[in-house]
Amino acid sequence: MLRIRVIPCLQLIDESLVKTIKFGKYGYIGDPINTVRIFNELEVDELCFLDIRATKEKREPNLKILSEIANECFMPLSYGGGVKDLETAKKILSIGFEKIVLNTSAYLNPKLVSEIASYSGNQSVIGSIDFKKNIFGKYQVFTHDGTQKQSKDPVIWAKELEELGAGELLLTSMDNDGTWRGYDIDLLNRITSVVNIPVIANGGAGNISHIKDVVKKSNVSAVALGSMVVYQAEGLGVLVNFPDKDKLNNALD
Amino acid sequence: MIIIVDYGMGNLGSVLNMFKKVGASAKISSDLDEISKAKKILLPGVGAFDTAMKRIKDTGMTEILNQKALVDKIPILGICLGMQLLTNKSEEGKLPGLGWIEGETFNFKDRIDCSLKVPHMGWNIVDINKENAITNNFKGEVRFYFVHSYFVKVKNPNNSMMTTSYGITFDSAIVRDNIFGAQFHPEKSHKFGMNLFKNFAKI
Repeated sequence: MLRIRVIPCLQLIDESLVKTIKFGKYGYIGDPINTVRIFNELEVDELCFLDIRATKEKREPNLKILSEIANECFMPLSYGGGVKDLETAKKILSIGFEKIVLNTSAYLNPKLVSEIASYSGNQSVIGSIDFKKNIFGKYQVFTHDGTQKQSKDPVIWAKELEELGAGELLLTSMDNDGTWRGYDIDLLNRITSVVNIPVIANGGAGNISHIKDVVKKSNVSAVALGSMVVYQAEGLGVLVNFPDKDKLNNALD
Repeated sequence: MIIIVDYGMGNLGSVLNMFKKVGASAKISSDLDEISKAKKILLPGVGAFDTAMKRIKDTGMTEILNQKALVDKIPILGICLGMQLLTNKSEEGKLPGLGWIEGETFNFKDRIDCSLKVPHMGWNIVDINKENAITNNFKGEVRFYFVHSYFVKVKNPNNSMMTTSYGITFDSAIVRDNIFGAQFHPEKSHKFGMNLFKNFAKI
């Protein structure tokens, strides 16, 4: 049977690898190429790269770094950040990435989701939603690296992304990002109960029991890991790592 | 030289990257002359069955590929949709496949529990049920990365090289003499994929 995918979700700012806390301040992790070499040796399931500032800083995706990554990585790869049109998506796909992550550009130009899906298949488009709870406990969608609040309800937007042709959803809790306190299972559940496409949980993983928890309590198909795979532990220094295979298998059973 | 046939379907960069990584000389080509001189052929493919068969026909590759596979009998490996094309037909389309290995390609939907998502996407285990040059040096649990909505069942059990379960047991790799097919993506399956590509390069 298919196992839950465990995906290091790595944040880029142009050529540097970073890790944010709640979409705000960030720590410098290092050079992405060295990091992917380590993940190669650790035989991770899949890697996701997000240039978190590309849209805000009006940059194009850094194709040079992406091709270096693709030349080193022999696993499924996804990329998001600053992909505004089909032409750019085509370039990234031809480098050797098989999935394009769309967040702000999907919100501003939903047609792009369908365009990429019809060019290279639904499985090649990941609809990404960054969400945050307001003081009344209501979930809200944010774009532009979490700086612009949008009016759509995340559950409705998730459903729309599926209808537009996204083959997968990446759901990131801004409140939990970089906090090591676990996933936002509540919203994940609300979304997995209305969509039929795989959902990747992101934001907040701090240990294996968080993974176990989200897998048990929600219907996600994959979990993304951030801080956990780039730091030794909360508050400690950089260490590129991946959870022990046996412990992970136990958690996912 | 391994020729990675470019008929306009799918992501060939990562296939080429992995052949480079295992030290095999390979080249992406759509040139009929080059394909007809190939010592080995890799038939990739992502997309729809009919689109792929139509492209192969329109580019004039059908006769050359038939010649290489059935007369010259050079090693040929079809991956993902490239493996489905080796069968007689597919529920995805109306056009006949290459028909080099007797079998059919079926839709997962309607055949598996509806709680299982389609496409079958992610890492899954394969059981090797026929040892050959391609399956050398696989030890312990062998897993590969899959992304597909259709699956293959071969007619003759001797043509089934590996099987995988996803709601149903299907042929995840197939073989007939010099012709091999893999439903999964070796180019995205790190050490397992490298081993398979290395084996193919060594035949």
